[in-house]
Amino acid sequence: MVSFQLNSGKFFLLSASIALLAGSSGCKPKTAATATSGDAAQKVYIPPGQYDEFYGFVSGGFSGQLSVYGFPSGRLLKVLPVFSQNPENGYGYSEETLPMLNTSHGFVPYDDLHHVQVSQTNGESDGRWVFVNGNNTPRVARIDLKTFRTVEIIELPNSAGNHSSPFITENTEYVIAGTRFSVPEDGVEYPIHTYKDNFNGTISFISVEKESGEMDIAFQLEVPALNFDLSHTGKGPSSGWFFFSTYNTEKAYTLLEVNASQNDKDFIMAVNWKKAEELAKSGKGVKKKVKYAHNKWDEATHSGTSEMKTEVLTLQAADLRDIIYFIPCPKSPHGCDVDPSGEYIVGSGKLAALLPVFKFSKIQEAIKNKDFDGEYDGFKVLKYESVLHGEVEKPGLGPLHTEFDDKGNAYTSFFVSSEIVKWDVKTLKILDRVPTYYSIGHLTVPGGDTRKPYGKYVVAYNKITKDRYLPTGPELTQSAQLFDISGDKMQLLLDFPTIGEPHYSQIIPAALIKDKSTKIYKIEENKHPRAAIGEGQARVEREGNKVHVYMTMIRSHLAPDNIEGVRVGDEVYFHLTNLEQDWDIPHGFAIKGANNAELLVMPGETQTLKWVPKQAGIFPYYCTDFCSALHQEMSGYMRVSPAGSNTPLRFGLGETAPAAN
Amino acid sequence: MMQGCVSQARTELPGLTMFNNMEKRKKSLLPLTRILTAIASLILVLVIFLPIWRIELDAPQYPEGLAMQIYAHKLAGDVEIINGLNHYIGMRTLHEDDFMEFTFLPYIFAGFALLGLIAAAAGRRWLFFTWAFGFLLFAVLAMVDFYMWEYDYGHNLDPKAPIQVPGMAYQPPLIGFKQLLNFGAFSIPDTGGWILTGVGLIAIFLIFRELKNKRHEATSIH
Repeated sequence: MVSFQLNSGKFFLLSASIALLAGSSGCKPKTAATATSGDAAQKVYIPPGQYDEFYGFVSGGFSGQLSVYGFPSGRLLKVLPVFSQNPENGYGYSEETLPMLNTSHGFVPYDDLHHVQVSQTNGESDGRWVFVNGNNTPRVARIDLKTFRTVEIIELPNSAGNHSSPFITENTEYVIAGTRFSVPEDGVEYPIHTYKDNFNGTISFISVEKESGEMDIAFQLEVPALNFDLSHTGKGPSSGWFFFSTYNTEKAYTLLEVNASQNDKDFIMAVNWKKAEELAKSGKGVKKKVKYAHNKWDEATHSGTSEMKTEVLTLQAADLRDIIYFIPCPKSPHGCDVDPSGEYIVGSGKLAALLPVFKFSKIQEAIKNKDFDGEYDGFKVLKYESVLHGEVEKPGLGPLHTEFDDKGNAYTSFFVSSEIVKWDVKTLKILDRVPTYYSIGHLTVPGGDTRKPYGKYVVAYNKITKDRYLPTGPELTQSAQLFDISGDKMQLLLDFPTIGEPHYSQIIPAALIKDKSTKIYKIEENKHPRAAIGEGQARVEREGNKVHVYMTMIRSHLAPDNIEGVRVGDEVYFHLTNLEQDWDIPHGFAIKGANNAELLVMPGETQTLKWVPKQAGIFPYYCTDFCSALHQEMSGYMRVSPAGSNTPLRFGLGETAPAAN
Repeated sequence: MMQGCVSQARTELPGLTMFNNMEKRKKSLLPLTRILTAIASLILVLVIFLPIWRIELDAPQYPEGLAMQIYAHKLAGDVEIINGLNHYIGMRTLHEDDFMEFTFLPYIFAGFALLGLIAAAAGRRWLFFTWAFGFLLFAVLAMVDFYMWEYDYGHNLDPKAPIQVPGMAYQPPLIGFKQLLNFGAFSIPDTGGWILTGVGLIAIFLIFRELKNKRHEATSIH
């Protein structure tokens, strides 16, 4: 108590001197970095045992994973491995999941996951699948929202830096992916300084089968050697069109920082994809020899397969002159966002001092009236003034990305001035601005890029956290901020840490998903060729130097739990079948010295861990997921004999365990 | 109402006819008995297809609850999960093949339905009393049988069970709620069980009606 009084005494002196300083002129303005109003806590508080109103699917950037949050609480629900191995559950390590990470470059167990799109029907989120991009080794993945698992990954040929991806059309007809890096065709090398002559951009149209969701590269568009940054589908009146932001119209290939920032205006590329589709279907285009992996997960066999495909249909630039138009847009635009009405297209030029809004009806008119401002690589460039709805004046510095609410307002993130600005799409008047901590990248309004925004919140995904959380060494947490947008003024409600790095996200009502969640896999539907359906099928079989262990898991034992007769030089495959048919009873499996990972096997599922013993000895194995009161007893012993020894293959559990002969 | 009607009819009949009629009536059923017995017998058929009893289990780990339903011919619900859990305390696993009752219970219900319909159609008292008392006797025996199974499962535990609590038995309640370690067990009739209860109550009601009617007629003859 004494020390507290001393402290408060000191604090009083300090406050008094600060107050004096503040009274004098020329002092620094106060920041509002911790300003939240009184009821903020109440607005994000979800009482224990109750559910959030929204699911948020937030990209995990360089972690190659997708995180799932509840909103408005900002609680992390799950991290889903997509392009990255996950030792937590064996994804990318188990024999069944290895094919999922196969590419034309071999096994690539990581990627840079930037953008997220929830499948849509009639321009509204339908909650069936999430599509995400792999930026580095160009890939698009599909996650099933019944099981929250990566069920498909397709690689993109003739692409590099799959950044303008994976944006979808209104009825999920296509997932569309544009290259950040324009490059020559795969497998062809040129001097880099011949960029202008030999490099190309491509836009991939990945068709999505209506029922199964299965992806296939329907066709690619050959486009000028620009850097494609982001894109979005048209909707309503602009249905059938797609809009891409581009930068590096200078076609620089070195010191892009400077050389790709010279032109006052780059482009938004408008593509009439319905016409492109017609062209592709009418037999136009050339089939190019390529090599790309198509990896699929089969829920019945609990296994992935990887198929190497060798051909892609390409629509050549010369055939696309009446399908693709360029819209000048200041300057190096990042976001390319279409409002819910489908009439307004916002280009967020990250080096621009204003925010241009284009009008789709004016674009159509300009095309009809041939109101062109020259050509770029043979493509018509529309006159800026003719297609412009208007410019938001002095919006902020470094506009990146815009989303929309359900009341005709837009919310644009500003990286350099670190703020969100709310403005009216029609009048272009700025209505409000709030600071973000710090340097916001993307932002998300629930349903904010669809025909049906839910309003309520905007979430900022920040690039820098600095002093916002307890420090954790040089590598700090990533962060997001939640703002209430239900009133006239945006109100900061919550800061919360995220996995790295959050780029884009999609937030949709929980009601679209939560009651469809899979609880168990039915054991009678398990078609894994090496499943042991019931303890009676638990066994060990030798096939040459391969030893297959068909092991079952049920509370609280592994069968068999004594195995002898394995020798150094053998490859052991543990095929683990979880016999449970009860919700939330996964079992884990780990064995001493395994060079890959442990496994987490869901009820009714079969997964396989390969284990190659390098020395003789006794190797315990056990369940790693605390499953029951006797979880610690859920274990077993593997006896490994020296190479060439003749220890007979014996196994068992309890009464059947190998005993003295 | 019906009784009033009967006595009215009686006063209108002249002496001998009335006596003969009384002799016949002593052996025949009241119209209400015949109607209700027929209805009860028909809905008894449903019991062959509906769950008769249910045991609900709740535990901290099972907020959604587990339930087992007992039909005339099978077990349903979370039997496998319950079996999985029971091995900790050494309780035998539940298998339909272990219950001889499942082989003949549907026939018993069918038999009572048939007998009831015959009794209603024939209108004979002895048939009705055979049906009604037989059914009540069956109900009591069934509950005794159920209790004995519960006792058997709850007490005959594997001496090697991992969890052994001295003096603890795991017999579920015959009806009502009982806490068994971390599980709260709630035993109640299911749809079929409520139908059986209803049929039983109808049988009791009708027995009283018939007996009362007989006494009434007996007194009025003298």
